[in-house]
Amino acid sequence: MSGGSTKTQVKAANGGLERGMVALRNVGARRMQTFGGLLAVLVVFSVWAVIDGGSKLLLQRTFDGLNNGFIYSAMALSLVLIYRSTGIINFAQGNMAMFGTFIAYVLIVEQGLSVVAGVIVAMVISAIGAAVIERLFVWPFDPKNHLAITIVTLSWYLIIAALAGIIWAFDPRAFPSPFPTGANDYVSIGGARIRYASLGIWATVLLTLVLVTQLLRRTKIGLAFRAVSSNLDSGRLVGIRIGRVVQLGWALSAAVGTLAGCLIAPSLLLDPNFMSKVLIYSFAAATLGGLDSLGGAVIGGLIIGLVQTMSGGYFKIIGSEFSLASALAVIIVILLVKPSGLFGSRRVERV
Amino acid sequence: MTDGRVLDVQGLQAGYGQVTVLRDVGLYVDPGEVVVVLGANGAGKTTTLRAICQSVWTKGSIRVTGREMRGKDTADVVRAGVAHVPQGRGTFNDLTVLDNLEVGAYVRRDRKNVNADIELWFSIFPRLEQRKYQRAGSLSGGEQQMLAVARALMSRPKLLLLDEPSLGLAPLISQDLFRHFGAINREQGVTMLVVEQNANLAFAIAHRAYVLEAGMVSTSGSAAELREDDAVRRAYLGV
Repeated sequence: MSGGSTKTQVKAANGGLERGMVALRNVGARRMQTFGGLLAVLVVFSVWAVIDGGSKLLLQRTFDGLNNGFIYSAMALSLVLIYRSTGIINFAQGNMAMFGTFIAYVLIVEQGLSVVAGVIVAMVISAIGAAVIERLFVWPFDPKNHLAITIVTLSWYLIIAALAGIIWAFDPRAFPSPFPTGANDYVSIGGARIRYASLGIWATVLLTLVLVTQLLRRTKIGLAFRAVSSNLDSGRLVGIRIGRVVQLGWALSAAVGTLAGCLIAPSLLLDPNFMSKVLIYSFAAATLGGLDSLGGAVIGGLIIGLVQTMSGGYFKIIGSEFSLASALAVIIVILLVKPSGLFGSRRVERV
Repeated sequence: MTDGRVLDVQGLQAGYGQVTVLRDVGLYVDPGEVVVVLGANGAGKTTTLRAICQSVWTKGSIRVTGREMRGKDTADVVRAGVAHVPQGRGTFNDLTVLDNLEVGAYVRRDRKNVNADIELWFSIFPRLEQRKYQRAGSLSGGEQQMLAVARALMSRPKLLLLDEPSLGLAPLISQDLFRHFGAINREQGVTMLVVEQNANLAFAIAHRAYVLEAGMVSTSGSAAELREDDAVRRAYLGV
């Protein structure tokens, strides 16, 4: 009997190795080609940029670009989550995040909660709110009727914006940062500065990515999530209660959205429209990453942030007005080469 | 006697929207039996299985181990012990083979036995073990069908519903698959209701059979009887 258990352990260890090998092979040559190409462009650009403006400026712009990028990544994570659990793009996501951020604002500035506590409570309230919206306005539809559900999310985009306008009006408000923001709160690397507040945002986004990824990979509810997004009908036939999975998807993505809003708000000003621009670039980031890949959403966000900052900074013609458009141009090129995004799963199907 | 039945369907009507496909179907399956449902295209074979799982509208009575399923959620029917391998296999193509089996055990609470069962199915279908970290969508048709069956049996069902398992498979692979079904039935006592176009394959493992015609049961009896029935022979055995 004990011999049998040792055997299983050896087997499990082999399984880990085997899994690693298969994963390596799956990453494979095709992906390497894409990244090789990107890397080459990057190297050429860096050399040119150092000659043009010096290494310190390049480094500073890289940090600024990453900062913008992580902001887009945060919101993109929330979009990928809802896409993975429901197969829809939730247009209301940005305004739901805006509303959640206002709730955090009320809790922190008006009710006197600490910033961290206010953000966490606001995340919980957003999750509950989204679960209620899902049950009342999305649940009555067939989950495969994506068009109808998309229209519902568009309506909520407008309703939430109007509600926020009525309650909080359109005067911009300063939102407190949960991280130190004093004049000397930065680290210096090669003469370029990274503010503690930026590092805080980077760390929070990465931590969120790790937590959500582990939730999807390691837990039973995560397995249900993945099963439902792969095959809804078969999901029913193995006894998964689809309604609960979809509802949880709404709740989870709303909580992550509110977190994103609260990370973004300190560097912008809070008003009922403050997420609309961010949302567009986060959509782009999610699409670039592959829509169903959480890690892809973060990398997509970083690429957009970097391209935006670099093109605006180094190319006078583009300037700040067109810098965002140039980021979108890059996406279009990448999607032409890789239609399912950088990390999106191509649907493999042999019949 | 009826209380001991795994499945007892009476006066079943079912269909899609305005269309009624099943007009009056009555059938039962006893513990340990393999029962096959034959019928021409459009007779309502697939609809019968879907009706049992409550994925179409139904009227009448569908009892699983004595409990009425009509009006329940599909998830509740699964929890009552029914596993359905739909036509076209219904594997989770984006998930790995291993994850497919894990999902199959979704309604189970006995974590330890689940791992033992995964090992069991890997020993029965070694091809699946070789491909356990591959996505199900990359498997061949026969492998996907094996995976679909193993996935369904991971829930340790009281009743396994198989919808045209031989569809699209090469004759040799279908035969192999049905040998497995026979063995699973004999060795593990899994009760099965099989819809199959290939009556020769089905009769090889079936105890009893029903013939559906235009949404009603036209003939029923033991597999041995029906195999000798002239009408059945002409229509479904091609002799």
